[in-house]
Amino acid sequence: MTEVFGVPLLALLGQLVLGLVNGSFYALLSLGLAIIFGMLNIINFAHGALYMMGAFASWMLLTYFGIGYFGALLLAPLLVGAFGIIIERLLLQRLYRLDHLYGLLLTFGLALIIEGLFRDQFGVSGETYEVPEALTGAIDLGFMALPKYRVWVIGVSTLVCFATWAIIEKTRLGSYLRAATENPQLTQAFGVNVPLMIMMTYGFGVALAALAGVMAAPIFQVSPLMGSNLIIVVFAVVVIGGMGSILGAIVTGLMLGLVEGLAKVFYPEASATVVFVIMAIVLIIRPAGLFGREK
Amino acid sequence: MMRRLMLGLVLLAFIAAPAVLYPVLLMKVLCFAIFASAFNLLLGYTGLLSFGHAAFFGSAAYVAGYLIRDMTWPVWAALLVSTLAAALMGGIVGLLAIRRQGIYFAMITLAMAQMVYFICLQLPQTGGEDGLQGVPRETLAGLDLSNDLTLYYVILAFSLLAFALIYRTIHSPFGQVLKAIRENEPRAISLGYDVARYKLLAFVLSTGLAGLAGALKMLVFKFASLTDAHWHMSGEVVLMTILGGIGTVLGPIVGSSIIVVLEDQLADKVGSLVTVIMGGIFVVCVLLFRRGIVGETAAFYQRMLGHRKLPKELI
Repeated sequence: MTEVFGVPLLALLGQLVLGLVNGSFYALLSLGLAIIFGMLNIINFAHGALYMMGAFASWMLLTYFGIGYFGALLLAPLLVGAFGIIIERLLLQRLYRLDHLYGLLLTFGLALIIEGLFRDQFGVSGETYEVPEALTGAIDLGFMALPKYRVWVIGVSTLVCFATWAIIEKTRLGSYLRAATENPQLTQAFGVNVPLMIMMTYGFGVALAALAGVMAAPIFQVSPLMGSNLIIVVFAVVVIGGMGSILGAIVTGLMLGLVEGLAKVFYPEASATVVFVIMAIVLIIRPAGLFGREK
Repeated sequence: MMRRLMLGLVLLAFIAAPAVLYPVLLMKVLCFAIFASAFNLLLGYTGLLSFGHAAFFGSAAYVAGYLIRDMTWPVWAALLVSTLAAALMGGIVGLLAIRRQGIYFAMITLAMAQMVYFICLQLPQTGGEDGLQGVPRETLAGLDLSNDLTLYYVILAFSLLAFALIYRTIHSPFGQVLKAIRENEPRAISLGYDVARYKLLAFVLSTGLAGLAGALKMLVFKFASLTDAHWHMSGEVVLMTILGGIGTVLGPIVGSSIIVVLEDQLADKVGSLVTVIMGGIFVVCVLLFRRGIVGETAAFYQRMLGHRKLPKELI
């Protein structure tokens, strides 16, 4: 049996894969937070609750309508994204002229409402969601068995993250988006419908959270509180990466998932706090975040 | 003269209150009033939104409970040390958090508080999920605290001291500088104020008082639990302050009274829907009611009074 610093290599590799899975969720969520913040100047505290809604949406689609995993992968983000657009039109758009902090407070209230309603309806214990049949089992690498579903999650998340990055950085639509982030009045004056873009951006950010929720459903329990602690870790990820860069959010998310996985192997007591410790260190060395720009 | 009379009447009402209302509920209101007022010192007067104040509230409760129950310290020493411990933690978190502004400040305090929460959960002394239970009330300065009524007056005395301290701070030259930072930070810097030091001092003061509130609440309920350190509690203190009125002296006291009584009344009627109601109040406050109850009332009277000014004690 091969060992690394007294830890069996297989256990280490297993935790690293699991860390990457968590990291993919961090990446999807912090990416959504970053693009929403870029356009709306709002930190979306309801992001964790919307992630939970994504997981529940896929569970409900299966239980009530018999729509399976792959259908949910497409439908759940659309449904939750539409819900996000309603929130933006009804509530958030009233806050754009105020201090950013009010956006944080409003979405915090929304998170409480959403989580409270789901808890009232489904209790705290949660529901199970099976891994889809096509993705069960493991790939045998010779030295270890790699569960297919985990590979799938890492692959899809990375693909979606980089597609988002490419849209924002390389396409015409993305250039409008960046222009509107930089100077909304001027962009509007050039004939771009900025309020529509803001609305779609929020919907898209929310859909990313819901997508993460759908993919998390078979791994974790589908429970009303699954997003409530996750969102704080994602906030720490955002502080570490700095919100200035899309690529930064993705890379930081994946990296911190890995670090958490390593902590689980070598010093399990610290696995819950390691991200926050890293945040403290980054704040001391580079207050603007690893990829951030000082404003 | 009028003001003195008003103040005397309010004080009298507080002294007579246990005759009508349940003392434990009153004590809970007072503890949260201290907590929210301490929080308001930061949000209302310095313009810093800390989303992690529960960490100081909760861990001071743990420290006080541990010292009294397991180390058999006298109550006064436990209160003092737990308050200082919260202030010290506030100093460390504050040093990190003031490196960023606005929304980042809120996220950093939230994340650091979550770390404190996990530490509270994992330390062997805190009793994990069960919390620190069965802390005896003992005596303070010869007073038997196991009597609810005696404890009420002790907590009332502590509250008055805390309110007086906060009031003096707000109306001191130091408080004026804090308000200057809230209004226009670059300007305060260019006037030569060491803004970081002022912010840090305000943060330490606020977290210390939040710790005192937590330790007193532990005395009332005889236990310290994870709920007190959870981020829901941080959100609750934000809600109390906004509902009452950010940046008003009376606001946090009004807000905490309403929320504590409301929770007490609703707890056994609607179950987990309490969170939904709290969230709803949050949304309504932010959308329609940003000055809070005291702020809106003051603005209303200001319109009635025209150009004359309201007494500054109230707002």
